[in-house]
Amino acid sequence: MDDFLNAVVLLTNFVIVPATAYGAQLALGALGVTLIFGILRFANFAHGELMAFGTMITILFTWFLQSAGIGIAPLPTALLALPIGIAVTAALALVSDRMVYRFYRSRRSDPIIMAIVSVGVMFVMAGLIRFIIGPDDQSFADGTRFLITAGEFKRATGLGEGLALKQSQVLTLVIAIAVVAALFWFLQKTRAGKAMRAYSDNEDLALLSGINPDRVVMITWIITAALATIGGVLYGLDKSFKPFIFMQLLLPVFAAAIVGGIGQPVGAILGGFVIAFSEVTITYAYKKFITYLVPENWAPEGLVQLLSTDYKFAVSFIILVAVLLIRPTGIVRGKVI
Amino acid sequence: MTRRGYLYFGIMASLLLIVGFGQSWNVALGILNLCLISAIMSLGVNIQWGYAGLFNVGIMGFTALGGLTAVLVAMPPVAEAWAAGGRGIGLSLLCLAATVAAILLVRRFVAAHWRFWATLAVLAIGLLLLSGIFAPAVERIEAVNPAHTGYLGGFGLPIVISWLLGGLVAAGAAWLIGKIALGLRADYLAIATLGISEIIIAVVKYEEWLSRGVKNVTGMPRPVPYEVDLMERGWVVGLADTFGADATDAASVLVKLSYALLFLLVLAIVLWFSERALHSPWGRMMRAIRDNRDAASAMGKDVTWRHLQVFVLGCAVCGIAGAMLTTLDGQLTPTGYIPLRYTFLIWVMVIIGGSGNNWGAVLGGFVIWFLWIEAEPLGNWLMQTVTLGMEDGYWLKDHLIASAAYTRLIMMGAILLLVMRFYPRGLIPER
Repeated sequence: MDDFLNAVVLLTNFVIVPATAYGAQLALGALGVTLIFGILRFANFAHGELMAFGTMITILFTWFLQSAGIGIAPLPTALLALPIGIAVTAALALVSDRMVYRFYRSRRSDPIIMAIVSVGVMFVMAGLIRFIIGPDDQSFADGTRFLITAGEFKRATGLGEGLALKQSQVLTLVIAIAVVAALFWFLQKTRAGKAMRAYSDNEDLALLSGINPDRVVMITWIITAALATIGGVLYGLDKSFKPFIFMQLLLPVFAAAIVGGIGQPVGAILGGFVIAFSEVTITYAYKKFITYLVPENWAPEGLVQLLSTDYKFAVSFIILVAVLLIRPTGIVRGKVI
Repeated sequence: MTRRGYLYFGIMASLLLIVGFGQSWNVALGILNLCLISAIMSLGVNIQWGYAGLFNVGIMGFTALGGLTAVLVAMPPVAEAWAAGGRGIGLSLLCLAATVAAILLVRRFVAAHWRFWATLAVLAIGLLLLSGIFAPAVERIEAVNPAHTGYLGGFGLPIVISWLLGGLVAAGAAWLIGKIALGLRADYLAIATLGISEIIIAVVKYEEWLSRGVKNVTGMPRPVPYEVDLMERGWVVGLADTFGADATDAASVLVKLSYALLFLLVLAIVLWFSERALHSPWGRMMRAIRDNRDAASAMGKDVTWRHLQVFVLGCAVCGIAGAMLTTLDGQLTPTGYIPLRYTFLIWVMVIIGGSGNNWGAVLGGFVIWFLWIEAEPLGNWLMQTVTLGMEDGYWLKDHLIASAAYTRLIMMGAILLLVMRFYPRGLIPER
C-alpha cells in the first residue's frame, strides 16, 4: 500500500502540480491570443513580448517596493506591483493599437498583413525590454517559497516520497481561477462583454446595432494586456524571468489557443492544460514511478521517458498539428467568443 | 530593374565603400559577405511570400539544416566513433525506415476499424526496438573523446559541396513539413512553421552524436586559403606594400574577397533562376494563385501541390544560404540560432526590399544587414550624445551605454512598421 501511495505522491509532485501551474500560466497567455484573434482577427506574434513587457514593468516596480521596504510579507511583493504592471502594459497595448493596428483595421487589411505588422511590434517591444532590463535572468520573487516542503510532508505522512508545494504554484492556480471567473462574468453578464461577443460573432451586424467598435477594441486590448501581464508575472514567479523565454513561450501559447479552438475562451483554458499536461507527462521519466508499482525484480532499466525534456517544443507542436489535421476547429468548436 | 532600382543599388554600394574607406576594408568586406548571404535567404523567402503568399516563419530551421549539412559534409570522419556506434546508428535508421514503411502499409491495407490501433501498435513496437538500439549507440559515440569529438564527424568532402547538399536537405525537410502543414490556413501555417523551426533547432542542439550540439563544431575546413598561409606568400606581401598596408590585413582582405566572389557567384545563379521562374508561365500561375486562390483553383490549378512546390524551392534556397553561413563562420553554434535574427530579420528584408520582386529582395538583404551591423555604432553614438550631460559613473549613463546594442531591434521594428504603413510595396515594387 505504501508503495502505491508513494507512486501517487511522486507523480503528483513531479507531474500533476507543476503541469497544473504551467497549464494555468499558458491558459492566461492563450486567452489573450484568442481574444485578439476573435475581436481583431489576427495572430498576434507580439503576444510573447507583451507578456514579457508586463512582467518587466511589474519587476521594476517590485524592486522599487522592495527597496522602500513595502511588502505583504508571506505573499510576494510582485502581487502588489501587479496593478501598475497591468496599467502600463495596457497603455502600451493601446498605444500600439493606436499607432499601428488601427490603420490596418480601418482598411480591413488581410489578417496576414496584420500578423506581419505584429512582427514589427514584436521587434520594437523586444528591443525596449532588452534596452530597459537587459537580456539576463532577473529574480524578483520574495515571500514564503514553500507552503509544504518535501521534508515536512515526509515527516507528516511517513512516506518515502515528498510532496513539495511552492507558494507560486498555489498562487498561480488561485489567481488564474479568479481571473478566468471574472473574465467569464464580464463576457457573459456585462454590456461591454456582450458587445465584445457580438462584435466577434458578426462585425457588420454588431456595427449596425450601434456597438462602438473603438470601445470594443480598446476593452479587448486592456483585457489582453491584463491577462498577459498576470500570466507573465506568475510564470516569472514560478520559474524565472528571462526576456527570451517569452519568445519561446509563444509557441505553446499559440498551440493552446488553437488546440482549444481559436476565439473560444473556454477552449484556450482547456488548450493550456492539454498542452501543459502533455508536455510534462511525455517528457517525465517514469522509472521510479514504475519501480514503486511493479514487483521488485521487474523494475525497468532505462528512464522510461517517452521523449527527452529537450524536445518539449515538439510536444506542443505535434499536438497542434494533430489537432489541425483531425479537428481543425479545435476542441471547442468555432470562431466565436 | 527600374532606374530607381539602379539608384538604390548605387547608394548601397557607395555606403559599403564609405565603410571601406572610413572604417576599414576588413569591416566593409565582412558586411558585404553577410549581405550576400542575407540576400540569398531573402530571395528564398521572397519565393514563398512574394510569388505565392506563403507566410513561413520557420526560416531559422532550414538555415540550421543547411549549417548541419555543412558539418556533415566537410568535417573529417571520426573513425573511432564510427567503429563504436556507426553500426548502431545505421541499424536505427533502418529500423526507423522499416517502422515508417510498416505504418504506411498498415494504413493502406488494414480495415478502417482497426487502422488506428494497428498504427499505434506498429509505432510502439518500432519505438521500442529503436530505443533498444539507438540509445546505447549514441552513448558509445558520445563517449569517444568527448572534449574534442564525441560525434560521428562528417565525410571529409570539400565544403562547397555542402552548399548544394544543404539546399537538398532543406528541400527534403520542407517537402515532409509541407505535406503536413500546407493546406492549413495562412496564419496556422505560420505558427506550424514556427514550431517546426524550434524542433529542428532542438535536434541540432541536443543530438550530440550528430552535430556535437552545444559543444559546437569549430575549425571547419574552408573553400578558400587561410590567412596564415597567404601572409607568407611573396605576392601578398608585395601587394600589401603597394597599398601601404601590412601583410596581415592584406591576407585577411584577400580571404574575405574570395568568399565574396564565391557568394556573389551563388547569388547570381539563384537570382538568375528566380528571375527566370518568376517571368515564366509558372511564375505567372503562382502569382495568380497568390492573388486569388479560389479563381486559380477554379481554373484547374492544383493549389496545394503548387504551394508545396514553391515551399520546397524557397526552403532549399534558405538551406543553401545556411550552409554558406556556416562555411563563412567556420563553425556551427546551435545556440546562436534565434528566431529574431534568423527568421524575422529575413522577413524585414523581404518586406523592405519589395515582396514579389527578386531584385527588391536582394536589395532588402543588403540594406537591412548593413543597418543591422551599423546600428550598433549608431546606437553607441546616440547614447554617448544623449548621456553627454551626465556625470561619469551615474547609473543611468552606464545603463544607457551598456544597452545601446538593443537599439537595433527597435530600429528594425520601426523600419518594418514604417515601410508597411507608408511604403507597403517596398523599395523596388513588384512589376
